[in-house]
Amino acid sequence: MAKILMKGNEAIAEAAIRSGCLNYFAYPITPQSEVAEYLARRMPEVGGVFLQGESEVAVSYMIFGASAAGARVFTTSSSPGISLMSEGLSYMAGAQCPAVFVNIMRGGPGLGGILPSQADYFQATKSIGHGDFRMLVMAPASVQEAVEMMMDAFPLAEKYRNPVMILGDGLIGQMMEPVEFPDSLKKDPLNNDSWATSGMDTRKSTQRNLVKSLFLDPEALNNNNLILKAKYEKMKQDDVRFEDYNTDTSYKALIVSYGTMSRVCHTAIDTMKAQGIEVGMVRPQTLFPFPEDRVREAAHVSHCNVVASIEMSMGQMVEDIERCVQGRKPVKWFGKCGGDVPTPEEVVDFIHTLL
Amino acid sequence: MGKTFVRPEALAQQVTHYCPGCTHGVIHRLVAEVIDELGIRGRTVGIAPVGCAVLAYNYFTFDFQEAAHGRAPAMATGMKRVRPDLMVFTYQGDGDLASIGMGEIIHAANRGEKFTTIFVNNAVYGMTGGQMAPTTMPGQRTTTSPFGRNTEDVGMPIKIAELLAALQTPGYIVRQAVLKPKYIVKAKKAIKQAFQYQLEGKCFSLVEIVSTCPTNWGLTPVESIKWAEENMLPYYKLGEYKTPEDV
Repeated sequence: MAKILMKGNEAIAEAAIRSGCLNYFAYPITPQSEVAEYLARRMPEVGGVFLQGESEVAVSYMIFGASAAGARVFTTSSSPGISLMSEGLSYMAGAQCPAVFVNIMRGGPGLGGILPSQADYFQATKSIGHGDFRMLVMAPASVQEAVEMMMDAFPLAEKYRNPVMILGDGLIGQMMEPVEFPDSLKKDPLNNDSWATSGMDTRKSTQRNLVKSLFLDPEALNNNNLILKAKYEKMKQDDVRFEDYNTDTSYKALIVSYGTMSRVCHTAIDTMKAQGIEVGMVRPQTLFPFPEDRVREAAHVSHCNVVASIEMSMGQMVEDIERCVQGRKPVKWFGKCGGDVPTPEEVVDFIHTLL
Repeated sequence: MGKTFVRPEALAQQVTHYCPGCTHGVIHRLVAEVIDELGIRGRTVGIAPVGCAVLAYNYFTFDFQEAAHGRAPAMATGMKRVRPDLMVFTYQGDGDLASIGMGEIIHAANRGEKFTTIFVNNAVYGMTGGQMAPTTMPGQRTTTSPFGRNTEDVGMPIKIAELLAALQTPGYIVRQAVLKPKYIVKAKKAIKQAFQYQLEGKCFSLVEIVSTCPTNWGLTPVESIKWAEENMLPYYKLGEYKTPEDV
């Protein structure tokens, strides 16, 4: 299929359809409302479900109900809306229901702003809701990658029976880029007869299924949490993704950066190379699981003197990097979180202060 | 001669966790009888609330989901939209539906979602230990209205059936009770009608059921029934508030 020029939000919407996800529930919020606007037209064309819910809280439970019935389903929102969905996400994780949640991040806290940011790193990777749970979090750096991650997100959600989050900054949703959709993508959800409340007749079963997150017996609750923990450990084994840039050199500094910010860092690294200074970068494509081994290895090489976390937040990723670097190299932060994306020149200037 | 009173297939054989004199058991049985009579057990999915009935799924023999507090109508919406062939009902108490879940129930009713809600109104929070609900009667003592519900301070009890019947979207909205056999017969009829409308894909349906909570009312089961008849029924009047035929 030929490349077409598409806005990120619309490409994400189309990617879901091409992934065989024909069920979408959402509530409008800037900067991702184009997903809903696109799907309000597109879902009827493909015989899918589009519904604008009354709130993000309600939407998260529409997703839960649809997922619990065995359907492939997704929603999109932005930071304040994702906070409202965090309750539903906790219930879904507890009840082991798959779905894809897209967060096109804006600045915060509170209403913050409507411009791009990466301010929801902690929320997405550490604890988006109450209780002991995690989500697999993927961070695209281009519209094309957002499409590819959307397509991987549904099978991964079903593999783990857990919500998966696509964490894009506002630019990923708002910018237009050439994008190519792979041909013939539509796949049915994994067989879910063993757990989905799809009606016993549908499964030709006499056994009823129960989707729940309440375990009043302490041993049963502990066991459920052990099942969840085992899934998160498996994510760490099977589904860590990252990309290296300029790490085949004797780089003096290592940048760790993701999403749109990592593309600015590409330019900064190229600029410094022209100045005769080598800087390497590891770009996490999954934020949970974090590419711990790769960041540790890349930071620990003898020629690397310093590690820089460059992000559109006030340094939320620093803790993860420090965890990997284990105190053997200094970890510094540079970033902005008001809606301006730091320029390549600003990144270059910052790296110079470290060398 | 065969047995004339047997346990419905849709009802599980379980020791109840509900308190002595609680009317949830009666309502569970009515729902199960209707499901058996309509022959829909294999295509029915129930949604349990948060509250005493959170464990409702222990008493039924078909698929069930468990919602967060107040969110059952949103879950039912999601499920019914993606699987219109399923028969979906939510089973909710007054704290769940009339307080924290008010937004979800109003919008589900207003969109005309094709599921059924069984709304159990016993004028008090049960599971958390007898706190004031939006449906608590004026002057009624609860653990959070120890001097009686002061309507100057917290307003009058909410009449859910009347509130939802005021929406312009067609629906089936009815209030019945399970205080005595004469009421129970009508309550079952209403539940069956609600499920039938859903089977026909006709409209949203809600059956409000005036119920009792002897434990949290501090009354015996018999006194509770008398109290509900004397205090609740004059305020929560029984009857059909809306049918899909109404314009």
